[in-house]
Amino acid sequence: MEHYNMNLTLKVWRQKNAQDKGGFETYQVKDISSEMSFLEMFDVLNEQLINEGKEPITFDHDCREGICGACSMHINGQAHGPWAQTTTCQLHMRAYKDGDTIVVEPWRAKAFPVIKDLMVDRRAFDRIIQAGGYISVDTGNAQDANNLPINKDKADESFAAAACIGCGACVASCKNSSAMLFLSAKVAHLALLPQGEPERMSRVTNMVDQMDKEGFGSCTNTEACEAECPKGISVQNIRRLNSEYIRSVFSGDDK
Amino acid sequence: MPLNSKIPAGQMAQKWTDYKDHCKLVNPANKRNIEVIIVGTGLAGASAAASLGEMGYKVKAFCFQDSARRAHSIAAQGGINAAKNYQNDGDSTFRLFYDTIKGGDYRAREANVHRLAEVSANIIDQCVAQGVPFAREYGGLLSNRSFGGTQVQRTFYAAGQTGQQLLIGAYQALERQIALGNVTMYDRHEMLDIVKIDGKARGIIARDLVSGKLERHFGHAVLLASGGYGNVFYLSTNAMGSNVTAAWKAHKKGAYFGNPCYTQIHPTCIPVSGDHQSKLTLMSESLRNDGRIWVPKKQNDTRKAKDIPEDERDYYLERRYPAFGNLVPRDVASRAAKERCDAGYGVGTSKQAVFLDFAAAIERYGRIECNKQGDHNPALDKAITLGKEVVKEKYGNLFDMYEKITGENPYEMPMRIYPAVHYTMGGIWVDYELMTTVPGLYALGEANFSDHGANRLGASALMQGLADGYFVIPYTIGNYLADDIRTKAIPTDHPEFVKAEQEVADRINKLMSIQGTESVESMHKRLGKIMWEKCGMARNAKGLQEAITEIQALRKEFWSNVRIPGSADGMNTELDKANRVADFIELGELMCKDALNREESCGGHFREESQTDEGEAKRDDEKFMYVSAWEYKDISNWELHKEALDYEIMHPTQRSYK
Repeated sequence: MEHYNMNLTLKVWRQKNAQDKGGFETYQVKDISSEMSFLEMFDVLNEQLINEGKEPITFDHDCREGICGACSMHINGQAHGPWAQTTTCQLHMRAYKDGDTIVVEPWRAKAFPVIKDLMVDRRAFDRIIQAGGYISVDTGNAQDANNLPINKDKADESFAAAACIGCGACVASCKNSSAMLFLSAKVAHLALLPQGEPERMSRVTNMVDQMDKEGFGSCTNTEACEAECPKGISVQNIRRLNSEYIRSVFSGDDK
Repeated sequence: MPLNSKIPAGQMAQKWTDYKDHCKLVNPANKRNIEVIIVGTGLAGASAAASLGEMGYKVKAFCFQDSARRAHSIAAQGGINAAKNYQNDGDSTFRLFYDTIKGGDYRAREANVHRLAEVSANIIDQCVAQGVPFAREYGGLLSNRSFGGTQVQRTFYAAGQTGQQLLIGAYQALERQIALGNVTMYDRHEMLDIVKIDGKARGIIARDLVSGKLERHFGHAVLLASGGYGNVFYLSTNAMGSNVTAAWKAHKKGAYFGNPCYTQIHPTCIPVSGDHQSKLTLMSESLRNDGRIWVPKKQNDTRKAKDIPEDERDYYLERRYPAFGNLVPRDVASRAAKERCDAGYGVGTSKQAVFLDFAAAIERYGRIECNKQGDHNPALDKAITLGKEVVKEKYGNLFDMYEKITGENPYEMPMRIYPAVHYTMGGIWVDYELMTTVPGLYALGEANFSDHGANRLGASALMQGLADGYFVIPYTIGNYLADDIRTKAIPTDHPEFVKAEQEVADRINKLMSIQGTESVESMHKRLGKIMWEKCGMARNAKGLQEAITEIQALRKEFWSNVRIPGSADGMNTELDKANRVADFIELGELMCKDALNREESCGGHFREESQTDEGEAKRDDEKFMYVSAWEYKDISNWELHKEALDYEIMHPTQRSYK
């Protein structure tokens, strides 16, 4: 693979704190290697800002291998940038060419208020999990794991839903700021397993109620969430969520 | 203070059972009045917080990330070991115990490791009950694979995302306790000191990273589950935020540091591509189930991998270690890769890489698939196409990650890999109950030193983190807290809280007032370079002495020339980093001091002065069969305490995987 260097113009959202109105600032970066990750390009910019005596850009990031779900940049209008099924930290600069202008914003959603610059508060997701995204089993004397055979296809489907990293790209990509893909992935993960059966009814209604309380919008089936999801979480999960919800509301038991 | 490891008397296989039968208990009414602080929400911290919350303790959990779910356990790829013997291949609690002690090069404490092996099976049961979607066979039962340093299949996995699935399980259990009000969660908080009252750990000082405010929190006991310190090397497979700060503050308040020099260099990571590199990415050890490692037989061979014929390839692990082949333990595989590269056989532009090749596995799996279809003499193309599908199902996410980072397709050409810092076996010294040398202060998971000796086996970190959190601390903490039921919550205007907060504030003010010329990142890189070159895969006395001098100089420079923009009143990620790097610098010196003291090679610690004729690590059991536990006295001043390792069951021998 041929490597090359590039000069770029960056327009980055700067906002001091939640109260500040915020706005774009323009920066130039030079000699960026195509081998760098997008966040390493930001490291270069931040080093430059520090050397100029300015405050570096604040952004969430941690594992830098696409699994922790911390990174959350809206790049040229796309959550996590141009590559399919890729987090910001795994996006590499060979996606760009010399002279490009890149606009970087935080996730935009009422339920994800900006903390500073590109960093937002996603604790609404934690509270949705608190409302029922678990199986109520205390630590201790669980039965032998192989006493509960589970159909491989079901287990695989459950795993595919459980692969959600809770980054919030689905919300940021949705014109309604809906959290349905996130929520449905958790409902599907647990509803597909026999262990999730006892709380199946109450889980889905409690989690949906919490989602509504947090100020996320409704789902209008545009499927932008799936298109931008870095882990390829399927909108089939939303269909499953809807049927789980209807089943729960109309069956009336275990509420 | 003499070290007391508090290992229970009795037969090895009975110690933990006897302990549980006789340890003190706290009744439910008293538990409700006892507060426990837990720092870190990875596998150890989240599982401990959930379990103690379920038991009725009032728990406060802290993490520096924006959510408990992001702790770096999430990135563990390959799997978790457990002595289930589901494969009927001769596995047992004893064999897991044996492999772990041997894998650790006879530098771990037998009683702890035996307990770990005993509870390993319960972990799998617990996780499945929580809904962790482990890989399964078509019959619906759990699937297993092999990891290094073992000859059985005892590793449970969820594709290449086992850590993620286990952590989400623990996180969900934790969130449930938060919803019930048993646990209070403090995210985006960093612990910056331990508060001791009358010699006991009684709380912490934490900084709210969003508001910048310092907070005082009381606890009857404090648990550190803050992970390892691999980022002392700057480049490692750890997350950017992984740090030693909580552990280091505890160390400076009296907790001895155990075996700081024991570092795990993982053999299969994506090589460094340039100076811009901010972190290194692991390619799971599980890949060595199917990948074959090789270099050209000719030095400085610049041909492409596919142009090098079979008989001109050196599968050096299979050649040197026929019994374990590509699945030798990590320390052995890493040194062997370094040896080949140093001798001029490395590949790629940097020549600091070896091949990890899946061509044979793809063909082998493809032929099996063809057989399943009744085609017993398939065309090679067909076998390869089907084989790629099988490999994709097993390792797809890892292959995708490799391609995103390098721009090369590993289904078509071998991966290039090189060793990188991955894990630290050393950590806060703890006794059998996981208590540090400070009463009421505990260390769990990677933050402690306890179970892996001088080298950790693959898929054992997840096991240990969850063992400590789910199955050990719920018992051992009661044994301490039972004597503390009459202690009322201590108000945080107690002079010790005031003093500790003032010290933290003074240090932050000092850092902010330096206003020097060099960024934190730049100084961190310089520390990492010293550590990697002189306290990395191979170490010698001269290099270590030089490193100590260089680190001391770097520390002075840091405190006079670091540049932190902005203010301390609010979110300031540069200040957060500076707090951590300042501690890494002090730790780096101790690591070199420990490596210098240990004039033997063992596991991941390789002293060039101590090797066999074949270049293998050579232990010196006469002189060094002990745990080094360092007591902090003052800057650059530590006292060494030794915990002798007495092997009742195992007979330490020269480790051989040949």
